[in-house]
Amino acid sequence: MSGFMFYILSALTLVCAVGVIVNRNAVNAAMCLLLSLVGVAGLFGLLQAYLLAVLLVLVYAGAVVALFLFIVMLLDVQGGARKPFGKVTAIAATAALALMVAGACTIAGRPEITDAQAAADAIGAPLKNYAYQLFTTYLLPVQVVGFLLLIAMLGVIVLSKRFDGLEDIK
Amino acid sequence: MTIGLYHYVLLSGLLFALGFFGVLLRRNTLVIYMCLELMLIASTLALVAFSRFNGTMDGNVFVFFILTVAAAEVAVGLAIIVALFRQRQTVQVQDLNHLKN
Repeated sequence: MSGFMFYILSALTLVCAVGVIVNRNAVNAAMCLLLSLVGVAGLFGLLQAYLLAVLLVLVYAGAVVALFLFIVMLLDVQGGARKPFGKVTAIAATAALALMVAGACTIAGRPEITDAQAAADAIGAPLKNYAYQLFTTYLLPVQVVGFLLLIAMLGVIVLSKRFDGLEDIK
Repeated sequence: MTIGLYHYVLLSGLLFALGFFGVLLRRNTLVIYMCLELMLIASTLALVAFSRFNGTMDGNVFVFFILTVAAAEVAVGLAIIVALFRQRQTVQVQDLNHLKN
């Protein structure tokens, strides 16, 4: 059952990721990104990281994709002629594909690690563990991330607002 | 049918490769940014899988922070793209080469 769900969700994720790449329409690409993220959230659920699955749907599908759609519709940029690929792009794509195949071959040769030994203690599942970790070991990163969010908010305001009196900020 | 760690790592690598090809092949800045998000999600999937099969908590907490930083990064990046569009009236990367010469 778990294997069946894994294959369904990974097929959804990969097909929608291909849809992000090949779609000419940016709105459709954002919708495909949304479905792909839902597939990844399901995979997080299979990995018993339920909090992360919920957070992924909330933050990414709720906020990030909505922001993308908003910007796409605000700017209203569609299509554009697809130019042929340059030589550097072709070389980089070929090298990436070769690395990908080499990695897959390396993985396929290894003995499989299944979750038989780890099935007893799904340590990431309970919310209490997150809270304990976040307020003991990772207390400083929590503060830093909060400060980062504040800085990002100020930066977005400065970037997107027109300051008519100030000539420096352009 | 048991699903092991390598299934997840292979899926994560495939997703990362798809995002990478999107960054290479697309010309629209917004779609390139979506593909960057795909690569980020692929790396978080690998982190969660390693954390699960290792029996530790740290990968999950790290993904928690990655989600936070990614939200801030998307907001700032899209604001930069909007500012760029205001200046140049385009978001196609082949037209945005003013630093080149």
